Formats: sequence, C-alpha cells, structure tokens
Amino acid sequence: MGDPQTCILGSETVELLNDRHAINELIERILALAVGTGLKDAAIFAVRLAIEEAITNAFVHGHQNLPGDVPVLVEFKVSQGEIQIAIEDRGPGFTPDTLPDPTLIENLSKPFGRGVMLMKAYMTEVLYNPQGNRVKMRYLTP
Amino acid sequence: MLANHTAMLYSVIAKAGWFIHGRRRMSESRLRVSKIDDITQIEFIDRNILDEANIQAISDEISGIIEQASNPHLLINFANVDHLSSAALGALITINNKANEKSGKLRLANIDPQIYEVFVITRLNKLFSIHETLNDAMEQFNKATN
Repeated sequence: MGDPQTCILGSETVELLNDRHAINELIERILALAVGTGLKDAAIFAVRLAIEEAITNAFVHGHQNLPGDVPVLVEFKVSQGEIQIAIEDRGPGFTPDTLPDPTLIENLSKPFGRGVMLMKAYMTEVLYNPQGNRVKMRYLTP
Repeated sequence: MLANHTAMLYSVIAKAGWFIHGRRRMSESRLRVSKIDDITQIEFIDRNILDEANIQAISDEISGIIEQASNPHLLINFANVDHLSSAALGALITINNKANEKSGKLRLANIDPQIYEVFVITRLNKLFSIHETLNDAMEQFNKATN
C-alpha cells in the first residue's frame, strides 16, 4: 500500500519513458479528458505547465543516476471539476521543503529551481510522499 | 520503358531528397535570427519550448551569437510561443547572464499574457527587460545608444 496522502483511487496508470513523443501524447490525452469536462484555456495552460514540470523533475532529478530507459509512473484521474495527477520516479527522493525560494533577489539570476514553485503556484494542491519520489497534484475548477 | 525508368529515377531522387531533408531537419535551427543595425532579433519557431534537448540547442545557439559579439544586443520575440517550462526560463537566465557579462543587453518582447504571468509568479519580470512590442524594445535600444 502506497502513501495514502498521494494515492489516487480509481486512477489510470501509465509507465512513461523519457521520450518527448510519449510525454506529449500522454499530456495531450490528460488535457483532452480535462477539456471534455469543460476545463477552460487558462486552466489547461496551468495543468499542462504543472505536469511538464513534474515529469521533467522526475526524469532530470529523480532518475539522474538511473539508466535512461527506466520509466516513471504516471497516474491520473479526470472528473467533473477536478483533475488529479501523481508522478512517481524510482530515484531516492528529495525534501521539497528545503528548496531555496527562487524569487529571492539573491536567487533570481540562478537558472534553476523554479519547477516545484510553478507547480505549487498553478495547482490547487501539491503533495509529496515522505520519501519525496512521488508527487500528487490536484486542480480544482474555481 | 523509358518512361518507367524516368519515373523510377524521379522516385529515387525524391526519396533521397526527402532523406537529406529529413536529416537536415534533425540539426535544423529552432530560431529565426535577423540583424537590424547592431541588434540581433531572435524569434522562436516552436510554439512550445518544453523539450529539454530543444531548450539546450536554443541556449547553445544564442550563446554562440553572444560569444561572437563584442557587446551583444539581443531582442527575443515571443510572438509564436504558447508554452514554456522552467527549463526554458533557466536558459533565458543563462543567456541574460552571458549578455550582461559582455556588457550587452537582452530584451524580450511580444510575450503572451499567460506566459507573462509565469514571469510575474517567478518574479523574473524584475530580472528581464520585457516590452509589449518589438517596436517598444527597439526604441529602448535606440534610446540607450543615443
């Protein structure tokens, strides 16, 4: 049994390889479901950005010491007024609370460290499991 | 018979052309670059700047332009861009840092309101010189040099 806070009941699960075509295809599939529930342009922009950032983090940071053909796990569930997505990598995990604030003057010209911040800014809720290798994001239609 | 051979020859040429074109596309620039006076205008071809490999290629290409100039003046036109990632923001920051190191200047223009919001959330609107239109940006370059 996984972490209860970041699990999504009744979700669809996909093993995703670090392949741009496969990533685009999956994101478009999730967004098409979201559009089908009436999600508007601004919300689609937000959800797309958050999924992109979470997948990039999983492969670039989570899998940095793993072979390139190791997939990440993507779970998603789209229902009326709510989109839930969880991304789990097979890396050692990290502690998101210790990330430096990229909006501080001293960090503004650093070219990294904005992904998690953008996910939190655009999604209604972003939760990590205790190990820090799985993130669950929720978008609730306002 | 001759007609058949001619048709086959055209077919082979067409396939070879497609293959060469296909290979060329692999290393093709993702940017449109033009120069007006001493200002280099750069336009993204892609609507989505999300792919790590593309972002690296874009960053390398613009870095090459900066390295070749004594005080580079760059204007990046975002007119075609619908989506970008934090990795793309990182590449822009690296480009901005490199331009500053060479006493140059980077300006950004024509940013879609949704993307501009990403700059605001990350407070990168404080780091970059962002202009509504290309003309506004060009005017600022001209003011700075006069």
